[in-house]
Amino acid sequence: MPNVIEVNNLQKSYGKLKAVDGISFDVKRGEIFGIVGPNGAGKTTTIECIEGLRNFDKGEISVLNLNPIKDCINFRNRVGMQLQESSLPARLKVWEIIDLYASFYDKSLNQKDLLKKFGLVEKKNDYFSKLSGGQKQRLFIILALLNDPDVIFLDEITTGLDPQARRAMWKMMIEIKNSGKTILLTTHFMEEAEYLCDRVAIIDNGHIIALATPENLVKNLNGCVQISFLIKEDFEIKILESLNGIINIKIIDNKVVIHGNGKNILLDVVNLLSESKIDFTNLNMKQPNLEDVFLELTGHEMRD
Amino acid sequence: MKGLSKLIITEFKRFTREFEGLFFTLVFPVILLLIFGSIYGNKPSDYFNGFGFIDVSVPAYLGMIIAIGGLMSIPISVASDREKGILHRLRATPLRPQTIMLAWIIFYFLITLAGSLILVATGKIFYGLRFQGNVFNIFLGFTLCTTSFLTLGFMLASIVRSGRTANVIGMSLFFPMLFFSGAMIPSQSLSTVIKNIGKFIPLTYVVNLMQGLWFGNAWSAHRFDITVLIAMSIVMGSIAVKIFKWE
Repeated sequence: MPNVIEVNNLQKSYGKLKAVDGISFDVKRGEIFGIVGPNGAGKTTTIECIEGLRNFDKGEISVLNLNPIKDCINFRNRVGMQLQESSLPARLKVWEIIDLYASFYDKSLNQKDLLKKFGLVEKKNDYFSKLSGGQKQRLFIILALLNDPDVIFLDEITTGLDPQARRAMWKMMIEIKNSGKTILLTTHFMEEAEYLCDRVAIIDNGHIIALATPENLVKNLNGCVQISFLIKEDFEIKILESLNGIINIKIIDNKVVIHGNGKNILLDVVNLLSESKIDFTNLNMKQPNLEDVFLELTGHEMRD
Repeated sequence: MKGLSKLIITEFKRFTREFEGLFFTLVFPVILLLIFGSIYGNKPSDYFNGFGFIDVSVPAYLGMIIAIGGLMSIPISVASDREKGILHRLRATPLRPQTIMLAWIIFYFLITLAGSLILVATGKIFYGLRFQGNVFNIFLGFTLCTTSFLTLGFMLASIVRSGRTANVIGMSLFFPMLFFSGAMIPSQSLSTVIKNIGKFIPLTYVVNLMQGLWFGNAWSAHRFDITVLIAMSIVMGSIAVKIFKWE
């Protein structure tokens, strides 16, 4: 599949701070590509350079074979953007905003259809200031899709939304992708990246520290799982160490946490515990996720 | 110029939905005129060369309305749009900076004109306002004066960082200008010291030109005023275009 976005050795500093330090990646047509990482990792700087909204120090960027800064007008006619730090006039009605933005583009989609699709028909005569967080984000999505763009940029689209609105937003993203668009998004929710993205680039301190499909990133952790349970009486850790696939065991107060891999590890642990007549409750097994990948690669948690 | 007319209409809608701009541009000058009119009336007097207080004040107040646009409305609304990220969002579209600049210029010109017409109508209806100039000349002079203050406004808007700073700077320029230029108090009543300070204040040239044209002076009597205002428009306009920031 052809590349829609190509970023090569992008660099951008603010004074002494290197916000983006040599980032390179490609985005293929029709995929959802996620830039994930903690706040301040350089996600917004990266996406805004690609959007042509920020000058950068070094590197090459091409989107749809266009230079986002030099071919600015042509570029902006063919992409859609949702920005993190942006707003709309408080005292404008939803339909007025959409109508105004439509007038900037060479072509635009039917406004009624968009309102219907994103559940804002009943809100079309409301002022922007009266909308809820989720409604505002949906309006921003409408603006990003208004010109029927080939590529859509979304910067922290679900930040500040409650879980329900976030889920609804994810569904919309999948629908947009299924309509043949390419999406480049940033997020600091690993769960979101796992759910939505075909491929993710994990960035930290302006560097890409991993780039692959979410499944492969997790698989590279050697299928490690975490098993935990509560015990009532002390017991000898040694009896668990004899099992296959155990990586480490920790006991915190009355909670036992086991890291290990292998298909049967949960079964083995449970069998051993019952054979040894050890009373346990609250048994949990957790699959590794992108948060664990981040922890493994950087040695620090996503949310610090 | 895609989006130009929609942008102008949008600015009008926002203007009519927000109290401050509406009040300062359209209502405040009229209230002032009515207050001073009720105190001094509009009887012809030798002090004003055979004209009345209102006859002299109306063209000077036109200068005040022009100054409100340039010193307050534009810097405050552009700076707070920038601060809130409204301009950032606009920038993510194919909208060209020239288009939005032109939309703002046309919009502020039109509301300044509207405020001026309301003021003149009030003077005419309540105080039998006298006018000895030529309507075309007044309009031309008004356009020049407005342009020079609009460019000043955009320059200020590019310098200040937030709506709040714009407010403070706008106010602290507006009120001194109002008193030193003769826009508020007829220049006949100003002391020589104040008149001399007034020579360094752009609004003085607006008031001079508007009053002169109002009473039928020839353009040639205002060569210096015109030169200052044209120079202001060119210099500040080019600075504004050069330093304009979306964010």
